[in-house]
Amino acid sequence: MIQYVNYISLLIIPLFILFTLLYGSAHKVRVYDSFVAGAKEGPKIVLNIFPYLLAIFVAIKGFQGSGAFDYLKNGFYQLFAGLHIPIEVFSMALIKPLSGSASTALFTDIVKSAGPDSMAAKMTAIIMGSAETTFYVLAVYLGAVNIKNSRYLVPVCLIADCFGIVVAIIVARAFF
Amino acid sequence: MNWVWLILLSVGVVFAIFTGNLDAFTKALFDGAKSAVEVSLFLLGIVSIWMGITKILEDSGLIHRIAHLFRPIIARLFRNIPGDHPAIAAITLNVLANLFGLGNAATPLGIKAMQELDTLNPDKQTISFEMMIFIVINTASIQLIPFTVIGILAGFGAANPAAIALPTLIATLISGLAALLILFAFRRALK
Repeated sequence: MIQYVNYISLLIIPLFILFTLLYGSAHKVRVYDSFVAGAKEGPKIVLNIFPYLLAIFVAIKGFQGSGAFDYLKNGFYQLFAGLHIPIEVFSMALIKPLSGSASTALFTDIVKSAGPDSMAAKMTAIIMGSAETTFYVLAVYLGAVNIKNSRYLVPVCLIADCFGIVVAIIVARAFF
Repeated sequence: MNWVWLILLSVGVVFAIFTGNLDAFTKALFDGAKSAVEVSLFLLGIVSIWMGITKILEDSGLIHRIAHLFRPIIARLFRNIPGDHPAIAAITLNVLANLFGLGNAATPLGIKAMQELDTLNPDKQTISFEMMIFIVINTASIQLIPFTVIGILAGFGAANPAAIALPTLIATLISGLAALLILFAFRRALK
């Protein structure tokens, strides 16, 4: 099952590109010129997004570097000490919305130190797969269209993230 | 975002002073700037490729065919997108890319979807409800198989690395659905 989905995933982009090119050519589109004209938009879009990414990355890294992050993690751990949740879960819950590369590094570290079949590894694995780097998504998507007023989107995403962590913990407990 | 940014930075400064991590804090700020540049360079490549490919979709009219095909599904959630608007095609392609874990395609196609949704947005400064639904779906990160995670577990010799796939899918579906419900609850409460 997993192998099939993996194979489809590998196949999907090459096939999609081939189909697009053939369909375009059949409809008398000069595909090369079209591609270049479209790609010309890329730098403008990324230039628009850059200041948003810069702002959020600087704030997140600064927050981690100041030691506030570790303090917060330990605080949550002690607050929920009665629930016997591995401390690694709090690290992952806090880092996943902030940074994709940092959460992958952290997950690798957890699997290495706690063991691949430990509860800590399983819980953080589910969080890795079910949560998203929320702040990155917000910066990129809002930046791409220069939205100034995001209304109640940020609180919705934060509440949803917290809920998602709780769901991940419950599901992990139910399965393992 | 204003509050999030203000809190992250000011709490960071206060903590840095109290814990004596001032040096690390300042260094981290510039590390952050460096990763923003690196991520932007990476985005520059993948966004340009997908903008090129979606331009072929537009010029050949395929984008309207895709929109027409998936309209019955997408329009259930996004009620204010007219006819076979390209936004429907962009949203469909983004969702498919996410499902199959194709991150390099999902983000650029998501940007395309945001731009298409923006053409329907009467107030360019303020986010539309359709855009909010789209971003919430993306932050739910619904993926059929978490390849990266399974790969890492397998790399460290887990007994059955693929066993994580089903609970992850269940967790991501529940939390994605909840995220949408929270969004709709906010809209209702603030009306």
